[in-house]
Amino acid sequence: MGTLVESRMGFFTDTSLCIGCKACEVACKEWNQVPEDGLNFTGMSFDNSEGLSADTWRHVAFIEQGKPDDGDFRWLMSSDVCKHCTHAACLDVCPTGALFRTEFGTVVVQEDVCNGCGYCVPACPYGVIDKREGDGRVWKCTLCYDRLGEGMEPACAKACPTNSIQFGELDELRERASGRVEQLQQAGVLDARLYGHDPNDGVGGDGAFFLLLDEPEVYGLPPDPVATTRDLPRMWRNAAIAAVGLLGAVGASFAGRR
Amino acid sequence: MSPRGGRRKRESVVQEAEFSSYYGRPIVKEPTWKPLDIASYLFLGGLAGASSSLAAGAQLSGRPGLARPLKLGAAGAISLSLVALVHDLGRPARFLNMLRVFKPTSPMSVGVWIVSAYAPAAGVAALEELVSLGRLRPLGKLGAVGAALLGPAVASYTGVLISNTATPAWHEGHREMPFVFVGSAASAAAGLGLLGAPLAENAPARRLAVIGTVAELTAVTLLRRRVGIVAETYRDGRAGMLMRAAEALALAGVAGAIGAGHRSRLVAGLSGAALLAASACARFGIFEAGRASARDPKYTVIPQRERKQAEQR
Repeated sequence: MGTLVESRMGFFTDTSLCIGCKACEVACKEWNQVPEDGLNFTGMSFDNSEGLSADTWRHVAFIEQGKPDDGDFRWLMSSDVCKHCTHAACLDVCPTGALFRTEFGTVVVQEDVCNGCGYCVPACPYGVIDKREGDGRVWKCTLCYDRLGEGMEPACAKACPTNSIQFGELDELRERASGRVEQLQQAGVLDARLYGHDPNDGVGGDGAFFLLLDEPEVYGLPPDPVATTRDLPRMWRNAAIAAVGLLGAVGASFAGRR
Repeated sequence: MSPRGGRRKRESVVQEAEFSSYYGRPIVKEPTWKPLDIASYLFLGGLAGASSSLAAGAQLSGRPGLARPLKLGAAGAISLSLVALVHDLGRPARFLNMLRVFKPTSPMSVGVWIVSAYAPAAGVAALEELVSLGRLRPLGKLGAVGAALLGPAVASYTGVLISNTATPAWHEGHREMPFVFVGSAASAAAGLGLLGAPLAENAPARRLAVIGTVAELTAVTLLRRRVGIVAETYRDGRAGMLMRAAEALALAGVAGAIGAGHRSRLVAGLSGAALLAASACARFGIFEAGRASARDPKYTVIPQRERKQAEQR
């Protein structure tokens, strides 16, 4: 990452505090003027926005575990968002430079530069960024870049009534999060764990990380995401060997008699 | 779709690995690329690149009858592939935005620059076949040599392009993919040579058909062995059908080329067509395997879980 003018800002989403009210989804849509993208009934508990997409930048997951009447039942609710990775695959692969790293350490699409090549869509290990139907360009959470510039917090964090979504300087959020996990563990919530907080993971740590109460895949999150650009030097080397091999094969086909 | 977000599969099928998902929904996004555009782009780019190299060899070894169809085919294929590429953009009018930066971290950016250098060279080389360039004749030669040297890069970079994604069937096979792609490109170019060249000049095409097909099938076998559970996506459904068709067509093409490609114009032509079809089927098959692997969260979760467990040991 380049030099930051400001401190790196991010989200700590503490899902143990989420009540599934979806105020974040609504606030995000309102502030960013994200278009309506279908009023569906999915049958997936109270989740009808299905997942992050070009037109859903905050998504609240609802998970029902156990059976309602055997006393072992629990709800898991979690507001998902773009992770603003330290090593962002979307940004790496963007061939136009439309995706860029802001002075806050976040990852944002410049909509006047994006040509809709779609390479960032399969590149994202979290399945966040997506192409908007009828528009042709890709869209995702900007961590309210416009609000940050004015010293305001992102709309979702502002609207969250339980402080499940916490916005701030990443270093401070990481400290707060490890304290919170300890507190929950001591209170007997042994499932509590952090996700995306580790700067040594496959994406160099997330700018938006989480406190979860079960395995990440239960929430639709990948257990060990990797920015595949990590393997790119080796891939280029293999491509070079393959290209030279092709030249050699062509040469070899001219050896011998006619 | 699984009824609940919790665990599943423990009881359903023996040997099916246990994994959790969020209502069976995908984790990574399926590529938004249209199969007809981008799988064709992969096929045509490979065909063009390898054809230019084979054409230069034909020209240098005094086989104008082999060089001509290859040069014309290369220029035609790369033009079509560029049309397919631009057609797939969400904002085609902004195609040139790709030329405002050069990014080694983006195989698409690197590829656009390679193709930008290659396509004019292949075009000039083909032009020389069609019209007399007069005093500009050296330019035609230069184009032919340039296209021959850049062609293999055009054929192999697309293997990196699709592997540098979170799409499990593509990324898990990133070691083998460039070799699969150049092998496929070589047999496609050999097919074009067999289809277009007179019998007396097609020997190099027959040899390249064998080398390319052996390389491709070996690399595909290695890939499928190495990607673990994701190999299912190359076996099942539409991808599986295409991969099997590709293998059968390639073997038929090679058999024809070796058996009677030197004495029967008909057999040589049919073998060439089979090799071209094989290469196209392989590219569409790999493309479909990628889509299938992105759709089912199991192909994202299980390899990542296995990797984590291996690291912890």
